[in-house]
Amino acid sequence: MIILGIESSCDETGIALYDQEHGLLAHALHSQIDMHAEYGGVVPELASRDHVRRTLPLIQRVLDEAKLTLADIGGIAYTQGPGLAGALLVGTSIAESLAFTLNVPTVGVHHLEGHLLAPLLEANPPAFPFVALLVSGGHTQLMRVGGIGDYTLLGDTLDDAAGEAFDKTAKLLGLSYPGGPAVSRLADRGTPGRFKLPRPMLNSGDLNFSFSGLKTAVLTLVNDHSNADGILDERTKADIALEFQEAVTEVLTAKCMAALRETGLDQLVVSGGVGANRQLREKLTRATKRRLCHVHYPRLEFCTDNGAMIAFAGAMRMQHESNGDHGFSVRPRWDLASLQRPPA
Amino acid sequence: MRLLALDTSTEYLSLALHLDGRVLTRELHAGQTHSQRILPLLRELLDEAGLAMTDLDGIAFGAGPGSFTGLRIGCGVAQGLAFGAGLPVVGVCTLLALAEASGADQVIACLDARMGEVYHAVYRRQGDAWQEVIAPGLYKPEAVPALEGAGWVGIGSGWASYADILQAAYPAQVSSTQPDRYPRAQEIVALALPVFAAGEGRPAAEAAPLYIRNKVALKTSERAKMAGLK
Repeated sequence: MIILGIESSCDETGIALYDQEHGLLAHALHSQIDMHAEYGGVVPELASRDHVRRTLPLIQRVLDEAKLTLADIGGIAYTQGPGLAGALLVGTSIAESLAFTLNVPTVGVHHLEGHLLAPLLEANPPAFPFVALLVSGGHTQLMRVGGIGDYTLLGDTLDDAAGEAFDKTAKLLGLSYPGGPAVSRLADRGTPGRFKLPRPMLNSGDLNFSFSGLKTAVLTLVNDHSNADGILDERTKADIALEFQEAVTEVLTAKCMAALRETGLDQLVVSGGVGANRQLREKLTRATKRRLCHVHYPRLEFCTDNGAMIAFAGAMRMQHESNGDHGFSVRPRWDLASLQRPPA
Repeated sequence: MRLLALDTSTEYLSLALHLDGRVLTRELHAGQTHSQRILPLLRELLDEAGLAMTDLDGIAFGAGPGSFTGLRIGCGVAQGLAFGAGLPVVGVCTLLALAEASGADQVIACLDARMGEVYHAVYRRQGDAWQEVIAPGLYKPEAVPALEGAGWVGIGSGWASYADILQAAYPAQVSSTQPDRYPRAQEIVALALPVFAAGEGRPAAEAAPLYIRNKVALKTSERAKMAGLK
């Protein structure tokens, strides 16, 4: 069966076609980053308005790319939550009404389940069970994944998400939105060892995170090294960016390794936007190799929001769950741990 | 022609099937349950008519103005249905739908836009068509545009929320009001019929809400400017 996947939970419209027999057939994405950049962050109302414009043309594009027609679609999966209510509602409305007309089943997918399972789209996918690090602008969670719908939370951030810390640090350094990639680019030019930031919760003895203190420590550095006009020289900015990235990636890596130790598992899956960070990938690859573990990443374009992961997660659940009367609703707040295993 | 019309721009949910002159309708006070109810209700209506989506010739929807969330449900559903069935779409202004529902020839349509404002438009019937005297706009009720003449009929929720202020704005002009009326699919389909008949329905992907209120956030540069003014 071919599943159409629709993702519209935040500032990206992602569409994909996934074949339960032959794998991913096509995918397309429209990012609203440029539109929101002028506002310094995502404006929910503008995000919703843009999804209305983008969704159908992207569906047409993936159909054309896969040389398929609507008649080939056997089911529709869409992100039902968590995310921005208005944005979710656009994808949901289109998905359910299209399924109504095509007379095919639908399934509402949990956005984070999509991220968790994204590495399974790759060649040599990890086998269950594995430890997953979900790290993005909205989340920093460690989970034990026993199978589809079998998710145990091992650790979570107590305050800011790692990606949020990147964004806030970028703002303090006068970098543009989105901050993650900007901080990383600047860090490439920094000199190691000049500054020392704290490694929050490194020795907390649990698998939780905290990144808000790090942001405060960056603010202190910025204030201490700015000149009388409040200007920070470029070299200092780069050195701070480098040390900030070191601190975040070191803590993330240490907690991942602790999670593998505690669960006795030897496979780690990393997904979410911060999972694209090169420094983090290098550290995790080194650390897992030392302990004879394997780390799996989705391809870079599937680290961030995308339709492929929704089509895939939907394909895993489609035969079991179907929204019969096409009454629909969104779940802006939706606990991942509340998901159930699909019946065997 | 066989047409479907839908409106979710207010707290009501309104559907109509136009079947070569015969019109079947469904109306209900949906509150915030439009998304749960619209497609099951449409199934009921299609079953009553013994039709499938692909038996239709076009889909009309209340494009707005109205609740942003409601407009997107209506537009999204119109898009999905029309795309799936390969049908053209026509978006109809909800203020014009109110004018059509009024039974009058001179109409001041006002919808409560929240945040102390109204969506406002003025229409005059000329033969079978409506002339737009004042285009749809967003105003504070005490600042609605001036209007000449008498015998105008005020219609829509704006006349309930701001009855005194709007009456004061048009003291001699307004002869009666219909504050309880809301945009309905049966008027939307009537207004869309000649558009479809003229072959002017649009592809599903072009279906767009008519928000009117377009300034929804400040850019970083605008915020900096405002901070500077303080």
